Amino acid sequence: MNETLTIALAKGRIFKDALPLLAHAGIVPVDDPETSRKLILDTNQPNIKLVVIRSSDVPTYVEYGAADVGVAGKDVLMEYGGDGLYEPLDLKIACCRLMLAGPVAFKNSEARMRIATKYVATTRRYFAAQGKQVEIIKLYGSMELAPLVGLSDCIVDVVDTGNTLKANGLAPLELIANISSRLIVNKASMKMKHEVVHALIARIAEAVAAPGILPPTALTRPCAAEMKEQKRTNIAKTPK
Amino acid sequence: MTDRTFSGKDRWLLPEGIQEVLPQQAEYLERLRRDLLDLFHTWGYELVIPPIIEYLESLLIGTSDDLDVQTFKLIDQLTGRLMGVRADMTPQVARIDAHRLKREVPTRLCYMGTVLRTYPDGFARTRSPMQIGAELYGHAGIESDVEVLHLLVETLALTGIKQVHIDLGHVGIFRALAQNAGLDAEQEMTLFNALQRKARPEIEDLLAQVKTSAEHRHWLTRLVDLNGGEEVLDEARSLFKKAGAPVLAALDNLQQIAALAHRRMPSIPLHFDLAELRGYHYQTGVVYAAFVPGHGQEIARGGRYDDIGRVFGRARPATGFSADLITLISLSAVQTPYQVHAILAPVDDDVELLDAVRDLRTAGERVIYALPGARGDAAEMGCDRVLERRNGQWVVVKLTDVR
Repeated sequence: MNETLTIALAKGRIFKDALPLLAHAGIVPVDDPETSRKLILDTNQPNIKLVVIRSSDVPTYVEYGAADVGVAGKDVLMEYGGDGLYEPLDLKIACCRLMLAGPVAFKNSEARMRIATKYVATTRRYFAAQGKQVEIIKLYGSMELAPLVGLSDCIVDVVDTGNTLKANGLAPLELIANISSRLIVNKASMKMKHEVVHALIARIAEAVAAPGILPPTALTRPCAAEMKEQKRTNIAKTPK
Repeated sequence: MTDRTFSGKDRWLLPEGIQEVLPQQAEYLERLRRDLLDLFHTWGYELVIPPIIEYLESLLIGTSDDLDVQTFKLIDQLTGRLMGVRADMTPQVARIDAHRLKREVPTRLCYMGTVLRTYPDGFARTRSPMQIGAELYGHAGIESDVEVLHLLVETLALTGIKQVHIDLGHVGIFRALAQNAGLDAEQEMTLFNALQRKARPEIEDLLAQVKTSAEHRHWLTRLVDLNGGEEVLDEARSLFKKAGAPVLAALDNLQQIAALAHRRMPSIPLHFDLAELRGYHYQTGVVYAAFVPGHGQEIARGGRYDDIGRVFGRARPATGFSADLITLISLSAVQTPYQVHAILAPVDDDVELLDAVRDLRTAGERVIYALPGARGDAAEMGCDRVLERRNGQWVVVKLTDVR
C-alpha cells in the first residue's frame, strides 16, 4: 500500500517537540519550516507530507480530512469540542496548564466575574460546571494585560513557567486542566488507511513510552513548585 | 458582531448553511432522485412523504438531546403547542409504521426530503440537507440488516460513488460491558463520549475512578483497540470470552451480519470498529457507516433500532439507513451526466408547426420557442437544433446544417 499520509503540526514548540517522535517513526522532514516558504513540507518518505499551521487550525484540518493525522494541544481540542476526530494518544509534549489566574489579592465577590480569555467555550463550560455564571471577554493575545487595565477581573490561559503572570502581579488561582499534546486522527483515515495509521500510532506510542527519545525540556512539568495542586477536574486528564 | 443592517444591497443573502440548487445541478439532482426512488421501488420500499413540520413530542422520540438542539421550533398559533421542523425524518417514518400503517407483515418504507438543522453540520456545512433513506420494520434477523446495508451500497453505486468502504460496529457490546461494569448513566455517557474520540488517556483516567473489577476495566479500555479488518472479531471473541452472554451474543450477531454482507457484496471492503457507536441513544444492534477515499467524514449511516415505535403504541424491530443526497452528489464521479439538448422553434400560428412541436415534446425532446425580439441565438439558448420549414415540412435541423 502506497497511500499518502498528511500530518498536520502546529508551528513552534509543538513542532520542535514532535520531531523526535516522528523521527522514531521513521519520518524526518526534508524542509525546515523556519526557513522554507513551502506550506506542504516533504519528508524523507515520499508518501508522507507535513503541513505546518496554526495550532487552533489543526483540529479543523484533521476533522475534515485535509490532514489524516495531527498533533494538537489538549487546550485546543477542549476548545474545539465535539467528537469529530479521534485522539488516541497523549504525546506528553508541550506540557502546560490551563489556569484561572488573577491579581494576587483577588477575592471572589458576589458579583459576576469578568474573565478575559481566548478559550471561550472551555471557560464557559468550566464555570457552568461549578454553577457560576461569568462574563467572558474574548481576546486573542496578551491576556495578562486585561486585569491590569481593568478590562477583566481574571484571565483563563495556558500557563507554562508562570513568569509572565508573576511579572505582571498576577497569580495562578485555579487549575482548570493539565495540558499536553495529543495525536489526533481523522475518522475516515483511521478506517481507510488503517494499516499506515495504526503503524504510525504504534511507533509514536513506543517513542512516547521509551526513555531518552523525548527531550528533557519537553517533559518538565512547568511551574510545579509554585502551584498548589488543585483537585482534578473531569474536563481533562492529568499527564502522568 | 452582528450584521444589524440588511440594506437593499445584501437583500439576496441567504441564511448561513441554506442553499439553492441551480438549473444544471437541479436537473441532475431530480433525475437522480427519480432513479433512486425507482431503485427503492424495485426493492419493494414504498415511498412515504412525512410532513415538514409536526408537534415536537412526535418528532423527538427515543432520540438524543442532539436532535432536540438541532430542531427549529415554533409555536402553533392554533393550539399553542410547540412544533418542530423536522431535523431527521427517521422518527416520522417510524411513526407512520407504528401508528398509521399498523401492518403485521414486514414493512419497507423509503423517503426523501429536505430537513432543517439549527447548526451547520459536516463538510458541506449545510443546515438543510436533503435526506434520503430506507427503513425495514417487522423483522429482527440479520437478513433484514444486510438487505438494508445492501440497498445503501446500491444507492451509492447508482449515485456514481466508487470505492465505498463500510465500517461496522454493534452498540450491544459496549452497552453490555458498561452494564456489567456497573457504570451509572452519567459515567456511561462520559465514557461513551471519550470512546467516540478514542481518547485512550481520558478513558483510562475515567475508568480508574469507577468502582469495578480490573477485568471489566480492561475490557472497556480495550474497546478502543478493536478496530480494523475481520481479525478484530476473533480478537474480540478471545478477549470477551468471559464477558458474559449479552456481549458474546452481540459479537455473534455482528459476525453473522458481516459474513452475510460479504457473501452478498464481495467487492465491498468491510472494516470493524467496536468503539464506534453512531446513534447510540436509539440504536439497538448493528451500526454502520459508509466512507469513500478522499472524504474525511462518513457519507451515509444506518443500523438497527428496534422498538422505536413503542411510544406510538407499537414496538417493532426496525433497521434502516439514511444519507444526504447533496453530499452524495458532490462526491459522485459522474460530472455532467444529464446533458440537455434542446430544439429552438419559431413562434408561428401554423398548425403544422404546433403539431410538430407537440410531437417532439411527447417524444421527450425539449422544444423552446424563439420569442420575438428577444436576445440570443439558438446556441445561447442552449439549443443544438432548430425547427425549420423546408420544402413545406417542419424538420429538425442541426445547428451546423442551418443555412
